[in-house]
Amino acid sequence: MTGLLGTPDAMTPLPRVGSEIIDAIERSRLVGRGGAGFPVATKWRAVAQRSHGDAVIVVNGAEGEPQSKKDRVLMSERPHLVLDGAFIAARALRARHVILYIGERHDAARSAMLRALSARPEPERGRVTASSAPARYVAGAEAAAVHFLNEGIATPTNVPPYPFERGVGGAPTLVQNVETLAHVALLARTGHTPQTALVTLAGAVKRPGVLEVEPHTTIGDAVQRGGGATEAPRAILVGGYFGSWVEPEQAWNLELNPDSLRRNGLGLGCGVIGLLPASRCPVCETAGIMRYLAGESSAQCGPCFFGLRALADACTRVAERGSNPEDLKRLQRWAIDVRGRGACRHPDGAVMFLSSSLQVFGQEFASHRSHHVSRTA
Amino acid sequence: MSKQFALSVDRIKCDGRGLCAELLPELIRLDDWGYPILAPGPVPEHLIPLAQRAVEDCPVLAIALRRTQLKK
Ligand SMILES: Cc1cc2nc3c(=O)[nH]c(=O)nc-3n(C[C@H](O)[C@H](O)[C@H](O)COP(=O)(O)O)c2cc1C
Ligand code: SF4
Ligand code: SF4
Repeated sequence: MTGLLGTPDAMTPLPRVGSEIIDAIERSRLVGRGGAGFPVATKWRAVAQRSHGDAVIVVNGAEGEPQSKKDRVLMSERPHLVLDGAFIAARALRARHVILYIGERHDAARSAMLRALSARPEPERGRVTASSAPARYVAGAEAAAVHFLNEGIATPTNVPPYPFERGVGGAPTLVQNVETLAHVALLARTGHTPQTALVTLAGAVKRPGVLEVEPHTTIGDAVQRGGGATEAPRAILVGGYFGSWVEPEQAWNLELNPDSLRRNGLGLGCGVIGLLPASRCPVCETAGIMRYLAGESSAQCGPCFFGLRALADACTRVAERGSNPEDLKRLQRWAIDVRGRGACRHPDGAVMFLSSSLQVFGQEFASHRSHHVSRTA
Repeated sequence: MSKQFALSVDRIKCDGRGLCAELLPELIRLDDWGYPILAPGPVPEHLIPLAQRAVEDCPVLAIALRRTQLKK
């Protein structure tokens, strides 16, 4: 079966589609691959209902997650497939404008997308503009993308109004991850989605990088395809910085598809599978990632700006000076206090990650001895 | 069904001076940085006048009292 990667990228005439593609998407149960795992058909219906030929499609290739590479690899290797997905969305949702929103540092991906675009016929090509997403973590969030495209500021705004209600230029807007759009393109062409997922192997693996995995591929299989672990891992981060740590014994048998991960209280997130080597200190690793996420807050909402900073500081104190009961209690309490209290889900993602650290590395957090923090991220 | 109201805070506008928690400690407490944490669920009927005051007195108009949406 044809998948996303490993098949030559070619421009072929677009399949004819109308709104019935939304039913096909619904039957395929495709969920977004940008991190939130939201059902694609629901989002398309919300835009379709409001579009009067004025909708906007934002192709989200911001890929702000530091360890993720899958969106870049996809844009570089299959730019026509991503464009197909965007044009199919434009037809099905009666959009007048397609915007490529690609991370400003993702040069190879942008060139490949623009080269593919220049080969496209009118009227499709004339509907597209390209824009560079600032290299900040929150710039890829839906509302931040819309804010940037409207006002040049890549910070999230309050929702509602959601982008599907009032997005770019005030029009109903679909913000969709590039991988999600590629799945839709295959669905429109072949009648089914490959049900695969793009993942990025990172950390203590022999060949880090991007893989396309079948739905029954386990994390263990994926790591094998990456040449195996370089050393025994202490834990595996499933889903990137908004994801969760999992004990290796549990992780090896987890299947890399949204349904089975959800049954285990996890998610594919942005598709990063990160192996933490047993030689690295998990407390220091957690502190480094929390400092990164705190620094990436857009500093608009008090609980996110102050809360994440306080959490990162408490992790760093434990890492640098050793465990103390006060900080451990604070970490538990603040992780609950901060949840759900920002305009976007940045703080929620950060405390979800932290909670998994406190759980999986409970022993290490409780018995940590002072030593200096090694930088991560 | 009787009307139900719920409080919400605009997290971007709120500057965390905590006036709301003083007015309505039954439903609003402050986190360690001075920002409001709202009790979940609808506002009990007898607290609606106070909730209304919290809305009016917030210096940056960050609080709203809205009729709760019916579940789909
Ligand atoms: C802080 C934050 C950062 C995000 N960064 C990205 C990103 O870089 N790329 C992306 O596709 N989605 C990102 N998202 C998810 C988007 O908000 C949005 O859900 C997604 O682009 C929708 O597409 P999908 O449904 O196809 O995943 C981010 C979300 C948050 C809260
Ligand atoms: S929750 Fe954090 S990242 Fe999101 S808008 Fe508020 S301050 Fe910015
Ligand atoms: S009174 Fe208004 S600004 Fe002050 S903490 Fe309450 S909501 Fe925030």
